Amino acid sequence: MTGGVRIPKQAKRNPPFAFFDEVYKSFDSKEVLRGMTLLIRKGEVLVILGGSGNGKTVILKHMVGLVAPDRGSVFINGRDISRLDDNRLLPVRRKVGFLFQNGALFDSMSVFDNVAFPLKEHTAMTGDEIRVKVHEKLKLVGLEGIEWMMPAALSGGMRKRVALARAIILEPEALLYDEPTTGLDPITTKWVTKLMRNVHESLKITSVIVTHNIQSAMAVADRIAFLYRGRIKFVGTPKEISACDDPIVQEFLRS
Amino acid sequence: MNTFLTHVKTGIFSRLSDLGEMAFLWVDTVKYGFRKPFEIQALLDQMEEIGIRSLSIVVISTFFVGMVLAIQVAYSEANFAGRVMVGIGVGVAMTKEFGPLLTALLAGGRVSAGITSVLGTMQVTEQVDAIKLLGATPAKKLVFPRIAAALLCFPLLTAAADFMGIAGGLVVSLADIKMSFTTYMSQVERSVTLSDFFGGLFKSVFFAFFASLIGCHYGLRVEGGAEGVGKATTRSVVATSVSVMIADFFLTKLLVIF
Repeated sequence: MTGGVRIPKQAKRNPPFAFFDEVYKSFDSKEVLRGMTLLIRKGEVLVILGGSGNGKTVILKHMVGLVAPDRGSVFINGRDISRLDDNRLLPVRRKVGFLFQNGALFDSMSVFDNVAFPLKEHTAMTGDEIRVKVHEKLKLVGLEGIEWMMPAALSGGMRKRVALARAIILEPEALLYDEPTTGLDPITTKWVTKLMRNVHESLKITSVIVTHNIQSAMAVADRIAFLYRGRIKFVGTPKEISACDDPIVQEFLRS
Repeated sequence: MNTFLTHVKTGIFSRLSDLGEMAFLWVDTVKYGFRKPFEIQALLDQMEEIGIRSLSIVVISTFFVGMVLAIQVAYSEANFAGRVMVGIGVGVAMTKEFGPLLTALLAGGRVSAGITSVLGTMQVTEQVDAIKLLGATPAKKLVFPRIAAALLCFPLLTAAADFMGIAGGLVVSLADIKMSFTTYMSQVERSVTLSDFFGGLFKSVFFAFFASLIGCHYGLRVEGGAEGVGKATTRSVVATSVSVMIADFFLTKLLVIF
C-alpha cells in the first residue's frame, strides 16, 4: 500500500483533512520532498514516521502554510492553500492546532498568558471566560495550578503539555504534533502518548503526529505513513506496517 | 581578482536585498501596527527597555564627552580665544552633533543588538512561527512596539545627552578653566538656538527608526541556532552604526539647507 494516491472524486463533496498532491520542496540545494503524495482522512490519527532530517516537520509546516511547496499542491479541507498569503491562511490556521517540537512557548509570558493568547487574538471572551477556559485546558493536560509560572521554570514535559493546552484552546478541527516525545524520559513519553490519544478522543479531531519514536507511533496511530527520501513509501495501519515486507521499512522498525 | 569582484557583487546584492526586505517589513508594520487592539503593554515594556535602560549609558558617556569637548576647546592651540569659547563650543557641538550622534551610536547599538538577539532567539525557538499560527502578526506583536518605542524614546534620550554634555562642559569650566557658571551658561544660551536643539532631535528620530528596523529585520531572519543569533546580532550593530553615520551626513546637509 504505497502513498501514491490520487484524491478521490467523492472527496470534492466530503474532502479529506489534507491532501498532498506531488509536493516538491527544496531548501537551498537540498531536496527534502520529491513529489510526495499523501491523503489524511478526517478524524484519524496519522503518524508520519521517518528518519531525522527527512522532512517530516516540513510536511506539517506545509499544512499550516509556514512553508510553501516549490511544486505541487497542498489541500486542506479541499482548499488549495499552497499559494495563500498570511491573511488568507488565517481561517485555516484558526482550525488547526500546532504543537511545536520544543513547545515554542513565549518566554516573556506566564503559562496563563501563553495558553490564553489564542483566545485574546481570536475571540471577544471576557477575562473571566478566558480564565475558566484556560483552567479547563490545563486540567485536561494534567497541569492545574501552574498558571502564573514562567516557561523557563517548567520541565521539558510540562512545556509540551502547556503548549498542547495552548494548541487546543480554540478547539481546532485538527492537531499537528511535531516530535511530541523527543527529549522526554520513557515515563513522560508514555504519558504524553496516552495524552495524545485522550485529547484525540475527547475533542474528536484529526491528529497528525510526526515522530521517529516507533513504540509511541504504534500505540497511538490509526494509520502510519513512512517517509523515505522525500516520498511516502508506505501507508497503513500499525498491523499492516508490522507485516510489511519492504526491507527499508523493516530496517527502520527494527532499529 | 575575479573572486574579489564576485565577493563585492554578492555583498552589494545582499545589501540591496536587505533594503528591500526592510521596506516590506516596514510596510507590514504600518499596515498591521495601527489596527486595534493596540499593543499598549508591549509598547510600554519596550519604552522601558529602549528608553529607561539606555539612559545610564547615554548620560554617563555624554557627560564625559562634554568634559572632553570643554578641555579640547579650552586648550586648543589653534584657537587663541579658546578659553572664552568653551560654552559656545560645547553647546553647539553637543546639540547639533554629538548629542544625537552619540545617542544613536550608544543607545542605537544597544537597542539594535538587543532587538536582534531577542527576536532571533524567538525565531530559532519557533516562537515567531507560533505567533503566526496563533493568528497574530509578528509585525504587529513584535516589530511595531519596538519601532514605536524607539521613535518615542530616542528624542528624549538625545535631549538628556545634550543636557549632560553641556553639564560635563560646565564642570570642566568651573573646576579646571575657572570660568564662572554665569559666563559658561550665557555662552551656551547665546550660541545654541532652538533650531539647533530641535534639529538634533529631528535627526534622532531617523536614527531611532534605522536602529530599531535594522534590529527587527536581522532578528526575524535568523537561521541556524545560537551561532546564527550571534552573527545576526553583530551584523545588526554594524549595519546600525554605518547607516547612522551615512544618514547623519545627509540629515545634517538637509538641516543646513532648510
